Amino acid sequence: MTAPFVADALGPRGRRRVLVSSVLAGAVIVLVFGLALNRLADKGQLSDAVWAPLRQWSVQKFLLLGLWVTVKTAVAAMVTAVVVGVLLALGRLSRNGPVRWLSGAYVEVFRAMPLILLMYFVALALPKYSIHPSPFQGVVLALTIYNGAVLGEIFRAGILSLDRGQSEAASALGMTYWQSMLRIIVPQAARRMIPAIVSQLVTLLKDTSLGTVILLDELLTKSRDTGTFFHNRLQVYTVAALLYIAVNFTLSRVARRLEVRQRRKYKAGAITVTGVEDLAVLVAHGEAAVA
Amino acid sequence: MKIVLDNLPAFLRATRTTAELTALSFLVAMVIGTVVAGFRVSPIPPLRWVGTLYVELIRNTPLLVLMFLFFFGFPQIGIKYSTFTSAIIVLSAYTGTFVAETVRAGINTVATGQAEAARSLGLTFSQLLGLVILPQAFRAVVAPLGSVLIALIKNSALASVIAATDLTFLSVQLSNSTSRPVAVYLGAAFFYMALALPTGWAVGALERRVAVKR
Amino acid sequence: MLAVFGLVAVGCSSSNDSGTVKSGSGTTVTTSGKPTFAAGTTMANLQAKGKITVGVKYDQPGFGQRNPTTSQIEGFDVEIAKLMAVGIFGGTVADAANKITFTEAQSANREPFIQNGTVDMVIATYTINDTRKQIVDFAGPYFVTHQDIMVKATDTSIKSVNDLNGKKVCSVTGSTSATNVKAKAPTVDLTLFGTYSDCAAAMSDGRVVAVTTDAPILAGLVQASSGQFKLVKAPFSDEPYGIGMKKGDDAFRSFLNDRLDAIYKSGEWASAFSRTLGAIGLDTPTPPPVDRYTSGAVTSTTGASSTTSTTR
Repeated sequence: MTAPFVADALGPRGRRRVLVSSVLAGAVIVLVFGLALNRLADKGQLSDAVWAPLRQWSVQKFLLLGLWVTVKTAVAAMVTAVVVGVLLALGRLSRNGPVRWLSGAYVEVFRAMPLILLMYFVALALPKYSIHPSPFQGVVLALTIYNGAVLGEIFRAGILSLDRGQSEAASALGMTYWQSMLRIIVPQAARRMIPAIVSQLVTLLKDTSLGTVILLDELLTKSRDTGTFFHNRLQVYTVAALLYIAVNFTLSRVARRLEVRQRRKYKAGAITVTGVEDLAVLVAHGEAAVA
Repeated sequence: MKIVLDNLPAFLRATRTTAELTALSFLVAMVIGTVVAGFRVSPIPPLRWVGTLYVELIRNTPLLVLMFLFFFGFPQIGIKYSTFTSAIIVLSAYTGTFVAETVRAGINTVATGQAEAARSLGLTFSQLLGLVILPQAFRAVVAPLGSVLIALIKNSALASVIAATDLTFLSVQLSNSTSRPVAVYLGAAFFYMALALPTGWAVGALERRVAVKR
Repeated sequence: MLAVFGLVAVGCSSSNDSGTVKSGSGTTVTTSGKPTFAAGTTMANLQAKGKITVGVKYDQPGFGQRNPTTSQIEGFDVEIAKLMAVGIFGGTVADAANKITFTEAQSANREPFIQNGTVDMVIATYTINDTRKQIVDFAGPYFVTHQDIMVKATDTSIKSVNDLNGKKVCSVTGSTSATNVKAKAPTVDLTLFGTYSDCAAAMSDGRVVAVTTDAPILAGLVQASSGQFKLVKAPFSDEPYGIGMKKGDDAFRSFLNDRLDAIYKSGEWASAFSRTLGAIGLDTPTPPPVDRYTSGAVTSTTGASSTTSTTR
């Protein structure tokens, strides 16, 4: 996607200039790439010694098992976070003052907290109260607390984005507040939210890597151990990054497709959000609202 | 809470480190982000490809993986910096992608007529971008950039894994040596809020001042 | 037999069947059958549960390192853990190993995990010192390492710590190694990097002439250098590694100390050493005497600990 203002056709001089610049830019890029490769070769980073371990099936299996833990954790946390998020969104839209206030406070506090601090808290402070979560439970809990707050805001935006006529029609039919919420509003909002949930999965998947500090045996932990063992951290972390990118790219694609399908089906903008930073990006696009 | 008060100087020092990490990384990220956004809307295809590649690769990699890759992996090719410098490089490279996407969205909000008018006045692409589009784009995205900044405050906590002595690093050490994790982590949470909330207010005030009224 | 029985009974308040040989017996591989312990002791509880959780390093060559090709954790600390487990569960080393759940011990979680019972013991290059003794107890030491010096293989000028005066020497930020060397060689010109592999790189390109820290870490670097570096073998300062455990559990501590004495005598300790640290070029030393200190009262501390173990 290019900005609208470059879309208009160029004149002959403009076209020539773009062509010359393109060739120059291309040459610079190739040069930089070549220098980087040269540096890698120079330092022996392309040699068989550092890459051979990664060709062993046992090592690949070790890393892929880590990826499986990563995905499993992200999915589990997503399910629980969606539940917490829906409850928080309903809480913030509730007509009951204290409920509204509590949900609001929860969202504000936990959205402002670094996730890694929550992880440490769950793993090192909860045992003080005789709660001993396993690394998996600990990471899912921390991710749920945090993402519940983020999703709560997204869901609230989704509910508010529905046409007022929907709830008005529901009350005209004699439905109570809760009936209209559960039977009319939430199902429609939820459908619109599906792409957002898939996108949020990308952020969640990235965030599972923080589990390494509380001993979750996921992709990053396994990569670290592999890199330490074979003295090839550069190579192993690069492979790990590529694995994350591959999974996330696929997820983003799925989200995009769902979104397009939804736009066609409901003729309404679905809300796409991936994490707080992306939420910001989308606010700029005018597609989501952050309180 | 006594534990936090007893170690107030340490907490304040660590808060300062977190603030410095955030501020410096944000400055660099703004530069990276603006340049990359410029690349992504550029009429020159190779620059667009580089911009897209940068954003897609960095944004889809967990920040912690980038941190480990840079700090523990890059020394293998002779690229090594101190903890603090490394943290700033990684944080700004990561945050730069979000800045780029935000600025690009801002550019898209600027009416096409503006670009057409500028072109009919004979402005080159870089003049058009620098003098006409970007100033308006930035005004439109103050709030989202503020969210990126607040996310960066939180993300700076990851620098603790490469031993940057920030709030999170201090909390882990203190909770360890005093065995009072609850009080220590609540204290750290308080200091993070003390950084994030005023930042949010300042962003809100700035947004109201520069808002584009149409 | 009676003497052995007496030692055990005093040591860990256990009652012993006549057929069970448990410690100080010189048996190399195993004890036959299950040892018995007084009800309520940590040993009895662990035995009843049939499993023990041990915190070890996952990234420290020679001591505790996870091998990605086998997913097993390997090293001296791991072997010590297995030998301790044999004392609790009886049977062969392999049987006992099956009952161990290994957990990664990181500097951030060692003390909390011991205190809140997430792990039953920590065997993870864990240096015994007074600050730590205020919140956890230590059995052992089971190994005392020394700070040593690594130089280029061609270097003949550096033979002891005194020779480091006026020389460019590398160590790691925040480590006790840096403090130690400064005390022994006051005019040393210290360069502090983030990791020891950085130090090794700085030495190969000539920016420093020596690297100093705990001998086993240097041994790992020497091995990785393929003949480029060598160990001076002029040790100074002691770093006693102990088995970290819950403070105040004196019966368990005595049991572990007895068990260490037993594996010293049986030769299992030496064999574990030569199989692990020996493989990265360390000579098997005589085992250090265990320190059966009297555990003090739990004193509360405030403020961050200033001691940082050189081995993380």
